[in-house]
Amino acid sequence: MRAVITVIGKDMVGILAKVSGVCAENGVNVLEVTQSILQDLFAMIMLVDISQSTIPFDQLSDRLSALGKEMGLTVHAMHEEIFHSMHRV
Amino acid sequence: MINTHDILETIQMIDQENLDVRTITMGISLLDCADSDAGRACGKIYDKICRCAGELVKTGEDISKEYGIPIINKRISVTPVAMVAAASGGDPVRYALALDRAAESTGVNFIGGYSALVHKGFGPGDLRLIESIPEALSRTERVCSSVNIGTTKAGINMDAVAKMGRAIRLAAERTADRDCIGAAKLVVFCNAPEDNPFMAGAFHGPGEPDCVINVGVSGPGVVRAALAKAGDCSISEVAELVKRTAFKITRMGQLVAQEASRRLGAPFGIVDLSLAPTPAVGDSVAHILEEMGLECCGAHGTTAALALLNDAVKKGGVMASSQVGGLSGAFIPVTEDAGMIHAARSGVLTLTKLEAMTAVCSVGLDMIVIPGDTPEEVISAIIADEAAIGMVNSKTTAVRLIPAIGKQPGEELNFGGLLGSGPVMQVNRSSPARFIGRGGRIPAPLQSLKN
Repeated sequence: MRAVITVIGKDMVGILAKVSGVCAENGVNVLEVTQSILQDLFAMIMLVDISQSTIPFDQLSDRLSALGKEMGLTVHAMHEEIFHSMHRV
Repeated sequence: MINTHDILETIQMIDQENLDVRTITMGISLLDCADSDAGRACGKIYDKICRCAGELVKTGEDISKEYGIPIINKRISVTPVAMVAAASGGDPVRYALALDRAAESTGVNFIGGYSALVHKGFGPGDLRLIESIPEALSRTERVCSSVNIGTTKAGINMDAVAKMGRAIRLAAERTADRDCIGAAKLVVFCNAPEDNPFMAGAFHGPGEPDCVINVGVSGPGVVRAALAKAGDCSISEVAELVKRTAFKITRMGQLVAQEASRRLGAPFGIVDLSLAPTPAVGDSVAHILEEMGLECCGAHGTTAALALLNDAVKKGGVMASSQVGGLSGAFIPVTEDAGMIHAARSGVLTLTKLEAMTAVCSVGLDMIVIPGDTPEEVISAIIADEAAIGMVNSKTTAVRLIPAIGKQPGEELNFGGLLGSGPVMQVNRSSPARFIGRGGRIPAPLQSLKN
């Protein structure tokens, strides 16, 4: 089972480290990362494998949102399936 | 990996453009709850609803969390109560109270199906149910009621039309201390769909399976934002853009419907491809029409813009879902749409324009506040006009009017939440009493010689 974590907000030191830190703590394997900076806006997208995750997905999602709040960023964790179904025929 | 642009687009739709799944509605048949004793029948109804929908709210919340998609409402629709009450006897209000208890126990915010299908005539139980509607709605919190008074194949039951004008008035009077909320939970239909997941008109038709999951999508904000980004393009391009956007919105609904059906062990029924507004800023169907180039919803051109929108939403959505049904199209509930409320307040949007709009959109005269002293025969005549539009055009039309008891044009009602608020609108008071008083039936229209 794979999920997509998106981080949007103002660029700062340590975003990638902190988000991947939460993933590592909970047995979530990072498969792919892309990031871009448009003017000041930072957008990072991570594809992760949650099949070995030690916590239920909703808890992982809550922890990531909490981390986002702490850092002033918007963090979403969503099942990969939603993007496939919305954007592919 | 998935395209970055697609991912960010989805996130933006949810975060900033109010994309959501409006409702997961579980349809439950109550036909096997009939009993020779009304008390026992009510007990069976309560038990069956709790058994089938016990996990509905939790499952909805789980899916919402896991997929990151807001799912606003979890609801239940049941077999028209008139059928069960006819078989089991007793005061129909007892059944409403049982439904209300079941809704409270399962945690859903509305339960629909305090209904009767009387388009060709009254069956046993139908008259008693219709007469009990005002009391049932005033004594329950979550029960919604609907009555089908006409179809394209049967014509319009004018006796029922007369009774419903009265029922709407009484429902408002009995709840006058609560902003006349009773009338906001009562819909009069022509060509009512049996699988509609949206309240207040949801009921579980007799042709439906035992238990089924229907999903209603939404997303007027997403469509408006897409049009805003497109800028000054031609109307053909507007239609294409609405189609593409509707496709994406519906795909999300389809995913949620399949997942909910799998987890709850109930078959997937339909996705209702609707643009359902809320009073929230940025979630308005009127604003889509204004984005197309109208100064204000209700201006000349509104009917044409709405026709385009309604058709394009269906075309985009049909391809995105394996099974489509319900009301499918653009909704125009006045009090539930920030743009409509504004247009009605400013006087640009009138009842006559709304009536024209209902000829091309998915529902009808919805959530319209009328003066509290509107006579019941005028309400009946509005129902008859609206039903005639539906009957002749082979489409669903509905009437949900709220007589604001003790209020006049210029004043407002405020229901709060998704039902919103709205100004009292002017009604033509010339008397249709003799026409309505005749009773009888308007025969079904000819299906050929269409001109």
